[in-house]
Amino acid sequence: MIDLTIVWAGIIAFAVAAYVVMDGFDLGIGILFPRFRVGAERDMAMNSIAPVWDGNETWLVMGGGGLLAAFPLAYAIVLPALYAPLIAMLLGLVFRGVAFEFRWRDPAHRRFWDFAFSAGSIVATLAQGIVLGALLQGITVEGRAYAGGWWEWLSPFSIATGVSLVIGYALLGACWLIWKTHGALHDQARAMARFLLPALLVAIAVISAWTPFLEGRYYQRWFEWPGVLASAQMPLLVALTGFLAWRAIGKGRDWSPFVLTLLLFGLSMIGLAISIWPDVIPGRISIWEAAAPERSQVFMLIGAGIMVPIILAYTIWAYWVFRGKVDETGYH
Amino acid sequence: MFESLDALMLARLQFAFTVSFHFIFPAFSIGLASYLMVLEGLWLKTGSGVYANLFRYWLKIFAVAFAMGVVSGIVMSYQFGTNWSVFSDKAGPVIGPLMAYEVLTAFFLEAGFLGVMLFGINKVGRKLHFAATCMVALGTFISAFWILSVNSWMQTPTGYEIGANGQFLPGPSWWAIIFNPSFPYRLVHTVIAAYLTTAFVVGAVGAWHLLRDRANPGARKMFSMAMWMAALVAPVQIFAGDMHGLNTLEHQPAKVMAMEGHYQSHPDGAPLILFGIPNSAEKRVDYALEIPMASSLILKHDPNAPLAGLDTVPEDRQPPVGTVFWAFRIMVGIGFAMLGLGLWSLAARVRRKLYDWPWLHRAAILMGPAGFVAVIAGWVTTEVGRQPWTVYGLLRTAHSAAPLDAPAVAASLLAFIIVYFSVFGAGTFYILKLMGKPPEPHEDPVPVHGPVRTAGITPAPAIEGGEV
Ligand code: HDD
Ligand code: HEM
Ligand code: HEM
Repeated sequence: MIDLTIVWAGIIAFAVAAYVVMDGFDLGIGILFPRFRVGAERDMAMNSIAPVWDGNETWLVMGGGGLLAAFPLAYAIVLPALYAPLIAMLLGLVFRGVAFEFRWRDPAHRRFWDFAFSAGSIVATLAQGIVLGALLQGITVEGRAYAGGWWEWLSPFSIATGVSLVIGYALLGACWLIWKTHGALHDQARAMARFLLPALLVAIAVISAWTPFLEGRYYQRWFEWPGVLASAQMPLLVALTGFLAWRAIGKGRDWSPFVLTLLLFGLSMIGLAISIWPDVIPGRISIWEAAAPERSQVFMLIGAGIMVPIILAYTIWAYWVFRGKVDETGYH
Repeated sequence: MFESLDALMLARLQFAFTVSFHFIFPAFSIGLASYLMVLEGLWLKTGSGVYANLFRYWLKIFAVAFAMGVVSGIVMSYQFGTNWSVFSDKAGPVIGPLMAYEVLTAFFLEAGFLGVMLFGINKVGRKLHFAATCMVALGTFISAFWILSVNSWMQTPTGYEIGANGQFLPGPSWWAIIFNPSFPYRLVHTVIAAYLTTAFVVGAVGAWHLLRDRANPGARKMFSMAMWMAALVAPVQIFAGDMHGLNTLEHQPAKVMAMEGHYQSHPDGAPLILFGIPNSAEKRVDYALEIPMASSLILKHDPNAPLAGLDTVPEDRQPPVGTVFWAFRIMVGIGFAMLGLGLWSLAARVRRKLYDWPWLHRAAILMGPAGFVAVIAGWVTTEVGRQPWTVYGLLRTAHSAAPLDAPAVAASLLAFIIVYFSVFGAGTFYILKLMGKPPEPHEDPVPVHGPVRTAGITPAPAIEGGEV
């Protein structure tokens, strides 16, 4: 008998991963935006994501909505606990989302909307990283509700995860531009990637070294048998991927820097999963405690089973339509 | 007055504020997506340039409105958890899956095909592009379907069981949950409302340009199309609203009592109060202008039928009367004004003067925003009228809120108010600016070959204007 709760944990994890893969690079372009020259370069960077950002962001709705549907108790505890960073993220997304249209509609205030695009992207990313950190460090739960104050999320650790995510998304954005553009912007993105990649590796090292000391549980996971097996492999794999990415960027490859950076993200997420499993709220609530009843799980599984492949198919098609390099005059 | 501003009241205000703002955009984009689909379809079929021009004209406006709808909607999907966490925990197993279906079947569809719709016309060919437009329009409808099912279930819950831990659990049949008793009425009424809202905006823009240039073919075409909608659909909406009201009388009688201002029961025929000032302290409507027996006639189809009033409902189960009473009258008043304009346009059409009556055009401009006002008034009627419950009769609003401190909610509410008014204010201004330009009669009907910008239309040089 398959445990539907595990299936649903997998689906939510997939949605979060899909979100990071897809929205990561377009938030990253927002983070790097102020460094591009006003005019053709910014327009090109913007055009490279304009047709896809809305679809990318929908995975965030899927993650949130899926959590409500499959793990309502977790949704009900986590969201009030992370009230401030989540509201900040939503407001950041408001600014950057409308900027895609507004900057073209109002040349006189384009500078302002460019700023809104970039600041919104940075705030949203920082907030997402803080959310991750706050979850990892643990939140106060009593009965079926959050019982901490409204600043509990703020700590040196959560700030560190926030900053790391900003670096990571920025690197994804730079690698996307290496792939999708040519000329000056391509070169500039490469220079940025050469700076961001080492920064990200340092950030991954810091967070990985810090996490086991947050909670007894994580320590056991990573340093006692059999977890230590994984612990030994992870740094090696990260280092290897980092090295390959460095070479790919140096040689001016097109798409491999982007894919290798995604691989770095994938490894980090596997590491996270090792730390957290089988909890939805680390150290507090397991996936089984928070799970929706079986009737809800089955009903949704039918929908997800049919729709997710279809969604992936037309998403791939939409990316395919806009394949190839963009240039400063936009799509032809 | 401020002592009533506790965390609960602030959370209610925040939800009402953010969802009202959100709904303004779908109300427009559900209708506009379908309108664009019709325009592009007619263009494919007839090859006529005027449809191509109108399509591109409204596509730019759609792009701006849609972006605002998306970002305000993402806020909504997190509000349930941030501010109504107890509600989410309790009702999550029932409403969560419906909203998950909305994401899977509607949001991805809209967002996935939006890029092709806005930017892809030179990449995929006209037929495939038309298919993308259809998918976006279909997505907006499916979205309305699911979210209204959720809302209707909260108004008229059916098909659930109550679990040991106090959660609402789905019963054996999802059908009973999705097609709960008020859902069909609410779906029909709301989708028609979105079409009417869009039609009156399109009509106002057409009228505006007709007043400046009666010969503009684009302006003539859109005005005529909009006035057909007004004349044909406004009466349907009034009928649908009446049916909806009867359904509400059956399932949420206290709401109808508040809408009608019936504090007291009327054992032999209730009057219809047209206007008046509800006075909840004295439990009567001051300065009431009434039609005797008419309320019983409308609601019971018998002028002498007895009609219960709020005196039969315990005090702690009554909705606030004043807001519901007024919001309902605003909506209904606008409904009849829309019908009036539709009939006037028919009269002008019969005389072949549709494009020649400046007063008709001025009235159409005045009515441009009417749909938005009616839609918000309708939701206020619905939502305030169901108080004090979130899940009607089962879960109180006061027991639904998240354990948040008032200052946290106050700060976020303030942030939402400032950001929404400035950002969506700017967006509205840009939309008005786009509407202020006449649809170009000489635009190349075949879509651009040159540079294509965000909405697929603005050529780069026009906005390059140097360092900005
Ligand atoms: C999916 C559910 C849902 C949907 C589609 C809507 N609402 Fe709602 N509404 C709620 C779910 C809800 C709620 C979560 O149940 C609230 C929060 C507190 C409450 O009493 O009900 C609520 C409260 C609420 C209030 C405050 C009522 C009061 O405090 O007296 C207003 C004015 C609105 N809503 C207005 C709207 C508008 C204009 C909508 C149009 C889009 C709308 N609602 C759609
Ligand atoms: C509390 C209730 C609501 C929530 C949680 C909600 C959630 C959302 C979300 C997350 C989006 C963005 C989707 C994307 O990423 O593309 C969205 C957009 C949309 N919503 Fe809502 N929504 C609510 C109320 C409504 C209502 C009542 C309707 C219609 C009857 C509606 C219709 C739409 C439509 C058509 C869109 C597409 C964007 C647009 O047309 O502006 N929503 N909503
Ligand atoms: C004379 C005409 C109308 C009547 C009799 C009428 C009736 C009603 C009633 C009784 C409700 C409350 C439903 C409930 O209790 O839950 C309602 C809600 C609503 N109305 Fe109307 N209505 C009319 C016109 C309009 C118009 C013109 C619009 C918009 C263009 C509109 C938009 C709405 C919306 C969006 C709601 C909330 C959603 C819903 O519950 O359906 N209505 N209407």
